[in-house]
Amino acid sequence: MRIRPYAMTGGRTRPRIDLPLETLVRTNERGWSVRHEVGAEERRILDLAIEPLSIAEISAHLGVVLGVARVLAGDLVISGRLDRSTQPVPAPGGGADVSLLERVLDGLQAL
Amino acid sequence: MVSRHSESDIGTDDQVHERAEEPAKVPMPVKIVVAGGFGVGKTTFVGSISEIDPLRTEAAMTQRSVGVDVINEQSEKTATTVAMDFGRITLGNNDLILYLFGTPGQERFHFMWDELVKGAIGAVVLVDTSRLADSFAAIDYFEALQLPFVVSVNCFNGVVNHTVDDVRAALALSEAVPLFLTDARERAATRDALLTLVRHALSIARS
Repeated sequence: MRIRPYAMTGGRTRPRIDLPLETLVRTNERGWSVRHEVGAEERRILDLAIEPLSIAEISAHLGVVLGVARVLAGDLVISGRLDRSTQPVPAPGGGADVSLLERVLDGLQAL
Repeated sequence: MVSRHSESDIGTDDQVHERAEEPAKVPMPVKIVVAGGFGVGKTTFVGSISEIDPLRTEAAMTQRSVGVDVINEQSEKTATTVAMDFGRITLGNNDLILYLFGTPGQERFHFMWDELVKGAIGAVVLVDTSRLADSFAAIDYFEALQLPFVVSVNCFNGVVNHTVDDVRAALALSEAVPLFLTDARERAATRDALLTLVRHALSIARS
């Protein structure tokens, strides 16, 4: 992993879609049904993502750098095997949206 | 709506997984950056409230940042990748997952910060009063980006060498930026720090 971290992506360092490190993915029915037909790393992702999981968590669990997790998960999203979260829509000023902040505030207060 | 498939439905696997018949939407992620110098207690802070043991992810440095500051006493590993510890908290009706990303404040990590702060609610800057200068780069960065942030003075064992006013003066921090003492080991204190940040971000968003 340290020497050539992108060996398992065939040398590709950029995913074909934008996946910020907090993006959540979840294995869908199609992904679950093909998990015996994919490579070892992809199968691990499909197994792990039965519960919603972030790109950062995939990186940690697989022991690969973020960029590798992004490429592998990106392939599975594009091939329709993982569903991905929608990203929060930023407020016009660039910051977080008020209603989203209120949901986070309520959530933290309820802890 | 959650049903348990029979084993025959999922092939030869021994394990039976609960699957939703009509999957709900994937939860939405939100994130908060926890910045501060090495050893200031970022991972402790994250771990005090995270529902999982903090995990570590690594990002490969871009060529540009490698060129700047690779030769140092750090191990070879830290010269080519940067590590971040992070945790998560499921909020609301399982429809929101808050990630806390701990990141060193040094300028050589800035290549990673651009992605970290994009879409973030804001940042908690943890400071140690004996090494205030370790937090300067993070504070400069968040101020320049106008990212909402709060400064949390981590006082181990309740010992604090400076008053809050001294720290504010030393950091040349605007009165508008919340500054408070915390104990990164305490879940309640960490929750209060996060609440202070979210309230601060809300007041900025509403203004």
